[in-house]
Amino acid sequence: MAAQPIPNPVRPAFAPGERDDTVVVSIGPSHPATHGTIQIFAELDGERVVRADVHCGYLHRGFEKECEAHTWHNCIPYMDRLNYCSPLINDFAYCETVERLMQVEVPRRAVVLRTLLSEYSRLTDHITCIAASLMELGAMTAFLYLVMIRDYMYEHIAALTGARVTHSFGRIGGLARDLPPGWLERLEEILVQADDFVGRVHGLVDRNRIFIDRMRDVGVLTQKDAISYGYTGPMLRSTGVARDLRKDTPYLCYAELDFEVPVGIKGDNYDRYYVRMREMDESVHMIRQCVDLLEPGPVITADRRCALPDKQAVYGEIESLINHFKLVMEGPRVPAGEIYHAHEAANGELGFYLVSTGEGNPYKVHCRAPSFVHMGGAHLMLEGYQLADLVPTFGSINMIGGECDR
Amino acid sequence: MGAEVFDRVKSRLAAREEEASLVHGILVVNLAPGAVREAAGRLRELGFDMFLDVTAVDWPGREPRFDVVWHFYSTTDFVRVRLKARVPEASPVVPSLTALYGSAAFMERECHEMYGIGFEGNADLRPLLLYEGFVGHPLRKDYPKEAEQPLVPYRD
Repeated sequence: MAAQPIPNPVRPAFAPGERDDTVVVSIGPSHPATHGTIQIFAELDGERVVRADVHCGYLHRGFEKECEAHTWHNCIPYMDRLNYCSPLINDFAYCETVERLMQVEVPRRAVVLRTLLSEYSRLTDHITCIAASLMELGAMTAFLYLVMIRDYMYEHIAALTGARVTHSFGRIGGLARDLPPGWLERLEEILVQADDFVGRVHGLVDRNRIFIDRMRDVGVLTQKDAISYGYTGPMLRSTGVARDLRKDTPYLCYAELDFEVPVGIKGDNYDRYYVRMREMDESVHMIRQCVDLLEPGPVITADRRCALPDKQAVYGEIESLINHFKLVMEGPRVPAGEIYHAHEAANGELGFYLVSTGEGNPYKVHCRAPSFVHMGGAHLMLEGYQLADLVPTFGSINMIGGECDR
Repeated sequence: MGAEVFDRVKSRLAAREEEASLVHGILVVNLAPGAVREAAGRLRELGFDMFLDVTAVDWPGREPRFDVVWHFYSTTDFVRVRLKARVPEASPVVPSLTALYGSAAFMERECHEMYGIGFEGNADLRPLLLYEGFVGHPLRKDYPKEAEQPLVPYRD
């Protein structure tokens, strides 16, 4: 039997053959130069990109629909899979949004640990972004330096959470467990090494002629466009706008920390690289402050509306057994209402808009994912530049398919 | 800081007091669908220069069936405003904000495919996360979670 032709799932905004002096090429959705499954239709005049049409959705898995069929707790593993380079930030952003809706008080130790782990995740995210984009420009040594450090961090987080990438470590009301013995000592060792290797990368590429030629004045995003297109995070800061939710609307314990918000000048690829490098320094500085702020105490609230009772009590007394059963089978009862709350994730404003009808399942979970919004303006940074510039520019946007396509 | 901004927004946007309220730190303004475009324009004048998000909430059985929800952020005052408008199932159409905010184009495309909300003035509502030829609107409550629409037929 002859194979049926498969209909084209994507309709580009411009058809090939509209102009006879240009060529339309389709790049992706599975292309070595696009980390992330994404398709870019580029209309080329010689080597220059005239128009670009960015298509995402190849990783769409119905995250928001699926959440509606799960209890508030059972959604947490899905959050890890939004931005899988910094899963803990997603966990904590979601949990804090639910906690605000429930008006649950989170213990001090959990708040400080969440801040610490958020910054640790930001480190791994920025390292991934910078390492991958440097590798695409041929800087293999810098890539290996950085992913080596990242792997130390992954192993170290695995010692705490039990998983290298998808940790599911946040809980509504706190954290899954406390730090294992010796974790903070190892943390300091890794931070010292991270400082060292980030310094080496600075030395390797910052003043490298090839690197500057590929990055400086390429993929320029203006301040006006960045704000109009809803850009947040390092992308917005690289254009010189010092907006950071950690400073502007402090959450967790960011108000107590001393840190700077690095900004760029031109909003080009080089600035985006440099802003991320500087943010890593600030993250290391913040992690050390968080270690000093840590005090002994519980890591999850005693509020029985959302937190599971102690396992010993579940086995020993009927109230706790029923409590456990109700929380697992029916989910925590979140008061009816709606809320939008956002954290400064590694890529920008990660917001959750939740609607509850008072049930154990969310009525609606909507994720305002920075990568998705950034894709909406990606053509601005591609048009007018060389086809080869698409690689470093796309790398510097750090599009994460998991949160972009949901 | 936030309170006076909210007062300013309230006085410029809401005709009556009961249309605006403060919910979990965000000013929520309920509007008629036709008034959204003008309200967004006023918000932009008031410093709400960042359009964060548009989505919808489906309430089957209620008339009008959909809530369309917009979020705005002010990068100078660090506060958010939420606009809400109810639209019926028969004509789920709201004005597009693409002329005011660049980010609206992509987000309205997503809301259109997921809920079937029409955005008057947005000429490019092609599928974004879904594909050409997808039937239905998956985030509506009456779309079954298990439904499959494979582009490539399964082999036996």
